[in-house]
Amino acid sequence: MSTAASAKPQATALGARSLAKSFGGRPALRNVSFELRARELVAIVGPNGAGKTTLLSILAGVLAPDDGELDRPAGEIGWVPQQPALYSKLSVAENLRLFARLERLADPEAAVKRMLAQTGLQARADEEVGRLSGGNRQRVNIAIGLLAAPPVLLLDEPSASLDPRQRERLWEFISELIDGGTTVVFSTHNVAEVERYANRVLLLADGELLFTGTPAQLEQAVGGDPRDLEAALVDFLHQRGH
Amino acid sequence: MRWLLIKDLQILRRSPLLVGLLIVYPIAIALMIGLALSSPPGKPKVAFYDQVPPGQGKIRIGNQQLNVAGYASDLLSSIQPIKVHSQAQAIAAVRDGRALAAVVIPAALPQEIQSLVTQGVGRPTVQLYLNTRNPLERQFVDQDISARINQVEQAVSKQVLRVAVSDLQEVLNGGTVQVLGQHVQLLGLRNARTIVEGTLASLPAGSPLRVALRQVVGFANLAIQGLGFASPVLGSIGSPLTVDETQLAGRTTPTAAYAAAIAVIVSLMFVTMLLAAGMLAVERSENAYARLVRGLVTPAELLSEKIVLAGGCATAVTVVMAACVSLFVHLDWARFELWVVALALGGLAFGALGVAIGAVAREVSAASLMAFLVSLPVAFIALVPGNAVSGALRTVLDAIAFLFPFKPALQAISSAFSGTAPGIGLPLVHLAVLALVFGGLATVAMRRFAGR
Repeated sequence: MSTAASAKPQATALGARSLAKSFGGRPALRNVSFELRARELVAIVGPNGAGKTTLLSILAGVLAPDDGELDRPAGEIGWVPQQPALYSKLSVAENLRLFARLERLADPEAAVKRMLAQTGLQARADEEVGRLSGGNRQRVNIAIGLLAAPPVLLLDEPSASLDPRQRERLWEFISELIDGGTTVVFSTHNVAEVERYANRVLLLADGELLFTGTPAQLEQAVGGDPRDLEAALVDFLHQRGH
Repeated sequence: MRWLLIKDLQILRRSPLLVGLLIVYPIAIALMIGLALSSPPGKPKVAFYDQVPPGQGKIRIGNQQLNVAGYASDLLSSIQPIKVHSQAQAIAAVRDGRALAAVVIPAALPQEIQSLVTQGVGRPTVQLYLNTRNPLERQFVDQDISARINQVEQAVSKQVLRVAVSDLQEVLNGGTVQVLGQHVQLLGLRNARTIVEGTLASLPAGSPLRVALRQVVGFANLAIQGLGFASPVLGSIGSPLTVDETQLAGRTTPTAAYAAAIAVIVSLMFVTMLLAAGMLAVERSENAYARLVRGLVTPAELLSEKIVLAGGCATAVTVVMAACVSLFVHLDWARFELWVVALALGGLAFGALGVAIGAVAREVSAASLMAFLVSLPVAFIALVPGNAVSGALRTVLDAIAFLFPFKPALQAISSAFSGTAPGIGLPLVHLAVLALVFGGLATVAMRRFAGR
């Protein structure tokens, strides 16, 4: 399994410049700029209302920014929403086939087979999604996001509803994606996962990007215990008035 | 759109309860309406107390007898009579709900009629007691019994006239009448005139009787002339008026076909709106909407797919329903292609209204409830009879009905079923415009509410 230590970031996979978004006059995102490198696993963290989901939605093309730009079209970016976005009355294969056709893939059946193999769901291919466990539903959810083999995959709190075993299997799966060359960006409240898996952290608060760097750099920035990222995160936000 | 349609049909196929309801519901409505239209109305239970003693129900008009009691059998044939033996029992039967009404024939009724007919004095009265608890039933019984009593009145009038005309003929031409059981020969005016004229001719020229007999002949001539006119005049009074009905607005829809059209459109409305609103809400309750519209399909394509899906399914179901109804009610099968066109365009318009509702609701249950709540007043307003409300309110109701698909859909399918005026063209155009308007509103609503 790949971890932060074993990842080898390469060229730029996605660049965002001066992204801004307001809802009803209330700023949700302010002048956010960053670059993601290929094969990088980046965590977006921050307190509730920080703008994590808004940022991911803009990167995914679900929301249009009021200002700023991205250097990669949304069609080349895979997106996995927090709640599984699939049809519970359809089987695993039918869900994958539907989205493969809507993605206008050249060979939808091949894509379905590839994703079934990649997610380890071949045996459940004909089972209705509504009967799957939360972990397996999330795997199908991610598989749909990966159908078009995007170079960048966005995951919105992917492990939020999973038990520890399912979470472990999810991260194994994501690590395989990284090894396969995909850049993965995920939002989370689980600092332990950030510490364990992320190459880099984007720390948001009140719509502002306050920090970009590795988990270790965040800990160093507040001069805290290098083994306690959560405390470092809280101290960092506190020092900056959040 | 094709893949979304297939997906939705797969989902529907795996929702047997929903699909079963969508199919069974309109067919059940069709059968109920068909049976209601093809069955004659039931006979109301009426307590009946005849105080006229047996054999006393006859009146004498001229030299003829009229059996008034015989007309009671006509009344009894249109009701389920509950025989009672007193006026109090009759009233009690109505009070305790065993009878919807009670009819009491007073003992003096034949004499009252006799007095009225022969002397112009008297007020023959039949007593009617009605149960007022159910206004609809009360109205039905009241109308039915009033109609039967009117028949009795007409029969008596006719008989009186027939006797009068017969007596006049005897006065004019003579004949045999019965007086106190004896046959008496009646001379008649014409015969009397002939006798007087013969007597006149045989009298000497200077006879003083000539002047007097000529006056008698002159009077006989005048009487014969006058009474000769009286017979056809009396006959015409006895004949009921004939109503010459002229329809100025073209053929009207037969009542049964119109009722069938209402049933079909009500079903079309419910099936389409519930399906369109529900299937659109499914996209959001399954969290798939955002995934779909981030480049896979446009919101307009998604809404169009739901409208086509709901409209198509509802059209198929209601065409089958119309075919079932046609087993009971005459519908013009030669215009079948117009049935399909009217139902399809109606389905699209209702579908567009359904997705406009589904666009503002996130949950399937909320969308279905909203669609149901909107459907009822839409149908109700369109079905309020024009003459049931005042002018200003009628204008308001017409304006509201114009904004929704029910009325034009009803006009279109009524015309398709029976080829009635004002034709199918305008309602179809109206439906097409409403489909576009509600489709546009749904698109705006999706943009406004999709992020919730």
